Amino acid sequence: MDASSHPHQVGVTIRNAVKRYGSFNALNDVSLDVAPGEFLSILGPSGSGKTTLLGLLGGFVQPTSGSIHLGATDITHMPPHKRDIGIVFQNYALFPHMTVGQNITFPLRARHMPKADWPARLEAALAMVELSGYADRSIAALSGGQRQRVALARAMIFEPRLILMDEPLSALDKQLRETMQLELKDLHAKLGATIIYVTHDQREALTMSDRIAVMKDGKLVQVDSPRTLHDRPANAFVASFIGEAMLLPVARQDAGILTLSGKALRSAHAIPAGKDLFLTVHSEKLTLAGPSTAPEANLLPGTVSSTVYQGESVRIFVTLDGGHAVSLRLPSNHSGWQIMPERGQAVTLALHPDDTIVVPQAA
Amino acid sequence: MVRPRRPVPAADGPMTHTLTPEERRERRLILALLTPALAVVGVLLIAPLIWMGWQSFQGPDGFSLMHYQRFLTDSVYLSSFIQTFRIAFVVTLAALLIGYPIAYVAAKSEGIWPPIILGMVLVPFWTSVLVRAYAWLILLQRRGIVNSALQDLGLIDRPLLLVNNEFGTTMATLHILLPFMVLPLYAAMKKIPAELETAGASLGGNGWLVFRSIYLPLSLPGVIAGSVLVFVLTLGFYITPELLGGGRTFLVSMLVSRNIELYNEWGAASSISVVLLLVVFAIFRLASMLIPFERIMGTK
Ligand SMILES: Nc1ncnc2c1ncn2[C@@H]1O[C@H](COP(=O)(O)OP(=O)(O)O)[C@@H](O)[C@H]1O
Ligand SMILES: [Mg+2]
Repeated sequence: MDASSHPHQVGVTIRNAVKRYGSFNALNDVSLDVAPGEFLSILGPSGSGKTTLLGLLGGFVQPTSGSIHLGATDITHMPPHKRDIGIVFQNYALFPHMTVGQNITFPLRARHMPKADWPARLEAALAMVELSGYADRSIAALSGGQRQRVALARAMIFEPRLILMDEPLSALDKQLRETMQLELKDLHAKLGATIIYVTHDQREALTMSDRIAVMKDGKLVQVDSPRTLHDRPANAFVASFIGEAMLLPVARQDAGILTLSGKALRSAHAIPAGKDLFLTVHSEKLTLAGPSTAPEANLLPGTVSSTVYQGESVRIFVTLDGGHAVSLRLPSNHSGWQIMPERGQAVTLALHPDDTIVVPQAA
Repeated sequence: MVRPRRPVPAADGPMTHTLTPEERRERRLILALLTPALAVVGVLLIAPLIWMGWQSFQGPDGFSLMHYQRFLTDSVYLSSFIQTFRIAFVVTLAALLIGYPIAYVAAKSEGIWPPIILGMVLVPFWTSVLVRAYAWLILLQRRGIVNSALQDLGLIDRPLLLVNNEFGTTMATLHILLPFMVLPLYAAMKKIPAELETAGASLGGNGWLVFRSIYLPLSLPGVIAGSVLVFVLTLGFYITPELLGGGRTFLVSMLVSRNIELYNEWGAASSISVVLLLVVFAIFRLASMLIPFERIMGTK
């Protein structure tokens, strides 16, 4: 199966969706457009409304107001079993009394597909998730990763145009999770279906997605590509949630100049107006100032407070002269060790204006 | 099919591993602590059972099979057993048909409703069996509330015979034993994760398919547990059929009591009890092949 065998790619349009439980807003005026064939992640801390949003799409949660379209079809009030959306649930929700094969063919049974067509489809679905030969196994006999694959095969066998996944890898150990992330990416490329993927793991979202929608308290905070989200966060919440950003309070002088502890720094990006501004400092954007440092770079003097050896790199904690704590990494290779500062040593850090991002306080 | 598969214990699991001295000491301590309880069970349960078994083989001149021969020769025995099993079967089936929807609604409802529904099911538990039997007698008799209501509505001309027969017995027994059906069903249903039904719907299953192929099979342990309990309890029911059967129902329990009250035949009464006990054991054995015994008794 390749993308061309899936000519009916479909987009999703959510307009002003609100979900209220009593006086509590689980979803607060959410509008989102998902492009046909896109892999979009919904990223947010626990309780931010991700599962509720997925429930709205799947039809298990009725919106208090707002509308949802799948392509041109209004599905806001369509019952779940008519929506033709494949869903992989957080705990897989496999049917424990059925075999692997019975689980995967359930959607075919529900659609009254001729029984003669089942075996070929089942074979193809099992092969796709690399479980060929497992059709007669019981669910209890499977490992976590295998259950995950069965849930995936079951959600895909009826070739839905939209697949929803609710933290599908959160129960797996780190290594398996990383393998499955890449496999899911491959599957997405093969199937060409639109995928909406819920996660609270920012690295997972950055690895897999075309775009990421960041949620907080039932609202969408920012919807952008992983790179934009990481390098140009819209506000302090996104900046602190993605990557290892340190947020330092700064003041705006003009559109290109800010002051950190009284010291003027240049930014290549328009600095937003208003108070409560923060400089977003990712550790990988900071370097030790040296001969190769660009002349336009902002220089931040400080003192090394500690160094921590972390295997592939050494994390160096620096207290800037204004009192703010930041950190950077040096690779633990020959050239890294050549310039490795010691604890208590005075250093100058460099931050390029392109990497000098100022964000407002969370809205 | 619905039997939960437990993971096979690993080769070095608790099954094959030899006890350390501490574990052995701990087990001896547990045994010592259990001794009083074991003694009570032995004196009050095991000993009478042995005595009953021994008695059932006693004729006028020592050992005899005469009491058991009566099962083959005396037609009252056979018809009594048949009637008892027929009533037990009908009561079980009716309890299942009435109890399943009640348990389903209780398991699906939220907030204060489950305790209210289960509370109403349990109310009969707090009234003595004797009181309830007389209450049914009053309700169902010739000029009872049911008959007069039906006559007032013009649905019947002459009072129906609702009591002093198998119908009255079945009705009252059903009422008393319904909780034994509802509670295991409710417990089994509560264990079905709600997301399985959600998943079934998302995969295209309509309400009926989801119920038939997911909910119903997963509630079967409760169906089996409740049915076994109600069936077995009906087999030994005494007061209710005695009061509401009006002499037209002659159940095994009454056969036992008649043998003692009228004929002072302890041997005959014992043999009937032994046979009934063996039947009950057989039923539990069959049921435990479908679901583990602890689940029937509700301890798991
Ligand atoms: N049925 C419900 N009744 C009341 N509150 C709910 C219900 N479902 C979810 N919530 C609340 O809505 C918020 C968002 O929940 P959820 O969408 O599950 O978050 P997430 O998946 O991001 O962790 C939570 O605060 C949760 O307590
Ligand atoms: Mg969730």
